[in-house]
Amino acid sequence: MEKSLKDKNKTARTAYLFISPFFLLYAVFGLFPMLFSFYLAFFKWNGLSEMTFVGMENFNFIFTDPIFYEAIKNTFIIGLLGTAPQIIVGILLAFALNSTLIKFRNTFRTMIFLPYVTSIVAVAIIFGVIFSNQEAGFINYILSFFDIEPINWNIQNWPVKITISIMVFWRWVGYNTIIFLAGMQSIPNALYEAAKIDGATVWQQIRLITIPMLKPTITFVVFTATIGALQLFTEPLVFLGRNLRQEGITMVAYLWKDAFVYNAFGSASAAAIVLFFIIIIFTGINLLLTNRIGRTKKVR
Amino acid sequence: MNNKENHTKNRRIQKAFVYLFLIFGSLLSLFPFYWMFTMATRTNREINSFPPPFTPGADLVNNFKNVLANMDFFGSMANSLFVSTSITVGVLFLCSLAGYAFAKLEFKGKKTLFSVILITMMIPPQLGLIPQYYIMTQLEWINTFQAVIVPGLINAFGIFWMRQYIQDAVPDELIEAAKMDGCSTFRIYWNIVAPTVLPAFATLGIIVFMQAWNDFLWPLTVLREPSMHTLQVALRTLNDARQMDYGMIMSGTFWATVPLIVIFLMFNKLFIQSLSEGAVKS
Repeated sequence: MEKSLKDKNKTARTAYLFISPFFLLYAVFGLFPMLFSFYLAFFKWNGLSEMTFVGMENFNFIFTDPIFYEAIKNTFIIGLLGTAPQIIVGILLAFALNSTLIKFRNTFRTMIFLPYVTSIVAVAIIFGVIFSNQEAGFINYILSFFDIEPINWNIQNWPVKITISIMVFWRWVGYNTIIFLAGMQSIPNALYEAAKIDGATVWQQIRLITIPMLKPTITFVVFTATIGALQLFTEPLVFLGRNLRQEGITMVAYLWKDAFVYNAFGSASAAAIVLFFIIIIFTGINLLLTNRIGRTKKVR
Repeated sequence: MNNKENHTKNRRIQKAFVYLFLIFGSLLSLFPFYWMFTMATRTNREINSFPPPFTPGADLVNNFKNVLANMDFFGSMANSLFVSTSITVGVLFLCSLAGYAFAKLEFKGKKTLFSVILITMMIPPQLGLIPQYYIMTQLEWINTFQAVIVPGLINAFGIFWMRQYIQDAVPDELIEAAKMDGCSTFRIYWNIVAPTVLPAFATLGIIVFMQAWNDFLWPLTVLREPSMHTLQVALRTLNDARQMDYGMIMSGTFWATVPLIVIFLMFNKLFIQSLSEGAVKS
């Protein structure tokens, strides 16, 4: 009896030891920095000299900075343009890949997934060349057939946003297709068979069987895509360069530029905090929607 | 009879439509790779001429020589390999240890601590970016690999993943029997748990390695010395060079992308399965 208690204590101690690395590392490199952000947001600091307390000045600065609002606006516009089409095209591609009519399914799947293996830096560089400002850039060349003058893709307002959205779309659509496909494969085939006997068209099958059954997967994809969109950074930095034009600057890019180009670590922290609350609000909305879907499912 | 004929005709149209759609999608997927390769084999003059070249040229080697003159390609590849491998090995070890504890060991506060780990997954790491950088300056870790590797070992998803797998794959009787034989908890982990979860190691390893290999924001922030750059950071520097030599830039990008693509094509089923499983589980 005594021995087993001793054993239990020993096991518990070992267990704490096994899980401690995560908590120690997270405390030092995750939690502490986040809390410290809240502190730093009230100080002026250039990364080298002493920090000086400035009260709300950093927040005043970013809330009167028109570029900060541009950054928020861009993040949402690019997020929407980059992810909404992805979900629609992803579902259609997955539906096609799931079709019993076709051969070479694995080959198609591999090709469609391939962009995801490429690093974001490489994607941004490749698309930077395809969408180059020169007359001989691929897209400008194609547009010349339609008598459209060469577009300055990394300077003009909408072209910048569209190009970055296309990069996001291209890299992630295959990944999401695979996720949707995994979800679709768990839908019983009998449902489709029954629908076909009732004379349902393909479109009706997608709308009445696939989409409703796929809801949990769609929620998951929307959830991760939203968080990913709010953190967008690499594409604009590589495509636009360090000075990150306001046509394409995103929220994370804004705080990075504040910190590491202007050495304004205080106002960068203030921007991080605003971003933090925006992300919390969106995660909250997402969770709320997810719960609602879960509940309606139970009622049925 | 007529009805049946109609039906087969319909099916054929459907089939053609599905094929067309998939072929179109695949071509859009592949085209940027083809364009990158074409540009990587052309001189800058050819690339900037009107119309641009649509077929590969003869400057593959030449362009790569230019890459080598402008960046330490193999050095940064070695850096990337070292950093990504260290992170992967560390994450697999730490996450399977913690996953084992959460799956099979009894201790107070288990449920609460596990939920804490899940909650940390929801918080995007960029929020602490600036203080993280500050910590690195205080530790004097700027321009060292541990600045990337040590925070990279934090992986809540990995713990979650390993716990799920160990719970299902390792039978309790086996652990009990080993305990009877007087095995220590770590010995049980090392001799029984770790060998059983090798498939989970493969899956999680692929996910972690790819993330580490493609990571950009944090290495860019802490590895400032060019000799310490990872491949992604070095590529960006190449792209930012003042005279834009597209042939050279595309060549660097091409050769940096090829290794991962080759590995992917060799193990594509495992890759796709790992990544979709990883997503579905969370």
